[in-house]
Amino acid sequence: MAEANTILKVTSASCRFDVSAPTLSRLFSHEPRRILRAVENVSFSVQRGTTFSIVGESGCGKSTLARMVVGLQRPTQGMLDFKDIRRADGSVGPPRVQMIFQDPYASLNPRWRVGDIIAEPIRELKLRKDEGETATRVGDLLEIVGLSRADASRFPHEFSGGQRQRISIARALATEADFLVCDEPTSALDVSVQAQILNLMVRLQKEFGLTYLFISHNLSVVRHMSDHLAIMYLGRFVESGPAEEVFGRPRHPYTRLLLDTIPDVEQPNRQRRPMSGEVPSPIAPPPGCAFHPRCAQAVERCRTEAPALRREGELEIACHLA
Amino acid sequence: MNAQPALLSVRDLRIVFDGRRGPLTALDGVSFEIAPGEILGVVGESGAGKSLTGTAVIGLLDPPGRLAGGEIRLSGQRIDNLPGEAMRKLRGRRIGAIFQDPLTSLHPLLTVGEQLVETITTHLPVSKAQARERALNLLKEVGIPAAETRIDHFPHQFSGGMRQRVVIALALCAEPTLIIADEPTTALDVSIQAQITTLLKRLCREHGTAIMLVTHDMGVIAETADRVAVMYAGRVVEIGPVEEVTRRPRHPYTAGLMASIPSVHRRNAHLNQIDGAMPRLNAIPAGCAFNPRCGFATDFCRENKPGLPPSGHAAACHFPLREMAHG
Repeated sequence: MAEANTILKVTSASCRFDVSAPTLSRLFSHEPRRILRAVENVSFSVQRGTTFSIVGESGCGKSTLARMVVGLQRPTQGMLDFKDIRRADGSVGPPRVQMIFQDPYASLNPRWRVGDIIAEPIRELKLRKDEGETATRVGDLLEIVGLSRADASRFPHEFSGGQRQRISIARALATEADFLVCDEPTSALDVSVQAQILNLMVRLQKEFGLTYLFISHNLSVVRHMSDHLAIMYLGRFVESGPAEEVFGRPRHPYTRLLLDTIPDVEQPNRQRRPMSGEVPSPIAPPPGCAFHPRCAQAVERCRTEAPALRREGELEIACHLA
Repeated sequence: MNAQPALLSVRDLRIVFDGRRGPLTALDGVSFEIAPGEILGVVGESGAGKSLTGTAVIGLLDPPGRLAGGEIRLSGQRIDNLPGEAMRKLRGRRIGAIFQDPLTSLHPLLTVGEQLVETITTHLPVSKAQARERALNLLKEVGIPAAETRIDHFPHQFSGGMRQRVVIALALCAEPTLIIADEPTTALDVSIQAQITTLLKRLCREHGTAIMLVTHDMGVIAETADRVAVMYAGRVVEIGPVEEVTRRPRHPYTAGLMASIPSVHRRNAHLNQIDGAMPRLNAIPAGCAFNPRCGFATDFCRENKPGLPPSGHAAACHFPLREMAHG
């Protein structure tokens, strides 16, 4: 955990949304303000060249966190600090951050040719001095992600889902990005195509020393990709640490239940204990530990007192009992 | 296989879409059977024809798609050529359906109670009060807490998992012998997904209902199904008991598919990948449809279409993979 290698340090970041009714109707009906706590007091740091994953169910705040990291959302509290890095070409500066979105059908402009989609960031950031060099760079990028140079003149609809996700990756790399935020990059893809994209991402990480912030609900994909991971529940980290440790010896009951409930092709027709209940609303989270209504081990203390995240070796766990 | 007569028997099903540039064959000779009370998983990637098979069985195939051959029998009776009205009576009564998105399969302006009562009175000779009683019992059975008050709520007042439970209750209204479940858990979170598959399995056992479970998720199939049919480019490429197919796949496509799923138990440096993509309907290769992506393909595979042998665990492949122990 060389501190010098840290590329992103997030300190007590929170993101709250005011989802109250319009002021007048709220005043008339004497309703209080309603605050949605999407992300609550989250701290972590990402090491350069590694993959940090955030896992959780819908509504746990993982996408809001991703949007905060790329700057699409301001934290209401706390801060995100990108450290200056020294690149292979000798330049020093804050990392360039790009995002890869979930749905490759919605994230590419259908009226633009692929070449223009990839060239746009190069033109906008003036990374190449003329159109000829830009076109060469676009061709190189297409080859890097496993497409052909000739694909630059085609339109997105001529490509399959997996190929479109390759185009999104090429567009992200066009900015000479150092840090990619990948929000569910393979959940819209079929498994055999998912394997192609994951392999491509691993290869690119090795070749270009990329850092990934990987957002997913799919634990087996996360296991495959991550060096570190954090499990989120209702806006908070409940467990985080090196991937091998979290998967090898899950400590938090929520992590254990998640691992227990995911379907497993290696153990067909396994008897499993489905987790009861559903994720509560982040507008009115339960008192105490947010997970206690679904937790089989919950005791009285869990219902009243919220557990703080405590460090144990390289792990961090928020549970009174673990 | 003939010890127990099949509940659903699909033979040589061919579905063709008439397009401007000529007909496209979407299903090409699909055959399988489902025994009473059995869960058959149908798995495949987008465009393999798995949902289309389910649609054809419930008789909801829309033009320009049409049945171009083969037959579908339910308890021995042919149902693919039934007139519309007869099919409408059968649908919901003897075949129930569960679709992917529980929000779009429920009427947003009717309470769940009204929807259940309407379905029950349509198919069963009962009074409104009896139907409501039955609706309430169904909601309890599918695990909706406080069913007495929830029965008068609208679909938008339910969460995704609870809505899918309501849809399951709707499918069970008339005690069908077969349920077609098309991606019933895809729109749900993993923890909720486990609740729904466990519920489906329990109901299937208790009511003796057979389920045709259509999904792209091999994990869901492995957890839920008794047997599995793997589809590729409009054909069934492998069918057999779920343990056999997942542990000892015979078709190179199934083997590749299984190997491309990342494992939660260990971290592999490299995932096995099947290069390329499934062919489009207008460009299905001659011979075995999988041959361009198959590492074992020979000239024979490029010319001859492999058939699916009628046995317990069968693969439509000229050179099926053998177990390492025997090979």
